[in-house]
Amino acid sequence: MTLFLQQLMNGIGNGVVYASVALALVLIYRTTGILNFAQGEMALFSTYITWKLTDAGLGIIAAIAVSTLIAFVFGAIIERVLIRPVEHASPFVILIVTIGMFLAISSITVTIFGDDEKQLPSAFSERAWSVADVSVTLEFVGLVVVLAAECLLLWLLLQRTKLGLGLRAVASNPESARLVGISSGTMLMFGWAIAAALGAIGGAVYVPTTPALTAGSMQAVLVYALAAATLGGFDSPLGAVVGGLIVGVAEALAIQYVEPLHDITLVVPFILIGAVLLFKPTGLFGRRIVERV
Amino acid sequence: MSVLKVHDLRGGYGPVRVLHGLSFEVNAGEIVVILGANGSGKTTTLRAVSGMLNATGSVLLHGEEVLGRSPERIARSRVAHVPQGRGTFPELTVEENLRVGAYSRSDSAIADDIDRWFGVFPRLKERRHQQAGSMSGGEQQMLAVSRALMMNPELLLLDEPSLGLAPLVTQELFEQLGTLNRTTSISMLVVEQNANLALKIAQRGYVLEAGLIVASGTAAELKSNDEVRKAYLGMA
Ligand SMILES: Nc1ncnc2c1ncn2[C@@H]1O[C@H](COP(=O)(O)OP(=O)(O)O)[C@@H](O)[C@H]1O
Ligand SMILES: [Mg+2]
Repeated sequence: MTLFLQQLMNGIGNGVVYASVALALVLIYRTTGILNFAQGEMALFSTYITWKLTDAGLGIIAAIAVSTLIAFVFGAIIERVLIRPVEHASPFVILIVTIGMFLAISSITVTIFGDDEKQLPSAFSERAWSVADVSVTLEFVGLVVVLAAECLLLWLLLQRTKLGLGLRAVASNPESARLVGISSGTMLMFGWAIAAALGAIGGAVYVPTTPALTAGSMQAVLVYALAAATLGGFDSPLGAVVGGLIVGVAEALAIQYVEPLHDITLVVPFILIGAVLLFKPTGLFGRRIVERV
Repeated sequence: MSVLKVHDLRGGYGPVRVLHGLSFEVNAGEIVVILGANGSGKTTTLRAVSGMLNATGSVLLHGEEVLGRSPERIARSRVAHVPQGRGTFPELTVEENLRVGAYSRSDSAIADDIDRWFGVFPRLKERRHQQAGSMSGGEQQMLAVSRALMMNPELLLLDEPSLGLAPLVTQELFEQLGTLNRTTSISMLVVEQNANLALKIAQRGYVLEAGLIVASGTAAELKSNDEVRKAYLGMA
């Protein structure tokens, strides 16, 4: 039982990370119809910036704030410079561009920061409590709280602000959005900027829970996040969150209880993606809108 | 003074030329209809006016050239375009659709205006928290018109508002448009195949054939024009 609870907690901890990356994927997908394969690498780059800032003596919280701001600006620039020229190109061309971004950011990161392991300090102190024989670290609680707050803020932004209304209008019908005077270009820029900022925060709270910051830190995360978004439905932010948690818990339990998966846990998300595509391609929360004429 | 004055408008899609030099105008407070069969270029004309299509010639709004401006900029000059097929935001609620219509406004009367159009179209009020995409065609058309009116437009462009609507619903909609025109100063440019209803509320009209204006006149003149009667009013 204790073991089960421990694994459940690990699963939730990883799950919120997958959820936050999946949320960024869904945000971009909903507004631009683009599957951003570079989301993980964008987060990785931001996390290296956070590390660099702490290495230069800045406190971790301040470093996260600064790198989040930098990520926001870079996200906007990426939309403007790389995405906008291919906005109306075929999905295949766009796919190539985001995969190109993945490879480019990946190698730029290694070139700038080197390929040795880095230690990113945690934003949380090393406290822990024992609850029903399970050790609950402040690190874990912090991770869950920060990412839950991130999801909540994004939800509030989308549902309760004018900017959010504009973003949703562009996602729903770009042409009509322009006809009411909404500049869709500006909205898409905001979408990418916010997604990049989410990635920076996610990376900075996730990496300290892993052994070290390396060039490959976010690659598995991206795969799990893709599985989470597929499971939840690519057009549903709520689906991304629920999908992330399910994938995280499924992974943790599979590691613990399914002997042959011990060393190849990465098959878990692939099995999930395959199963969803086979049985419910819209995902758990994806909507196909009912349209009557 | 004309609200909209279009001169020698030419344009199309890539190598396909659709408009071959149209000239027409809408005066302040007028409803003007452009009649034309399927494929004559009605939608293309409206898209050129609202900046969604590369075109040459001249499009003057209150005497100011707007050809070449972006759609969002033209919209902010208080031109509201209800596109063919309604162009609502299906995932947003009815009320959110109306708030999107007021996106470029910064005045404090937005909530009052929402109530105002709910008063004109009570069915929208009943469905204010419902997703727009789940409503009937008639309700969506009313929503599309209300959303356009939320822009506080000086000029309303309507692309075949009767398309896909039951005759009774169409009639109700046109009556509302006529009333609006009398009670506000909004000028309207309506493109239609349904000449009967359109000529009832319009003061003037043009007939478009294969990208060219082939007839024009007051609504009464067009109604008694033999060609128009044959082609668009279903009379011998
Ligand atoms: N997106 C498009 N690409 C190429 N040709 C088009 C496009 N839209 C319309 N056309 C052509 O332009 C002509 C006029 O179309 P349209 O303006 O939609 O006519 P209407 O609205 O009067 O039915 C038609 O011959 C149509 O086939
Ligand atoms: Mg048309």
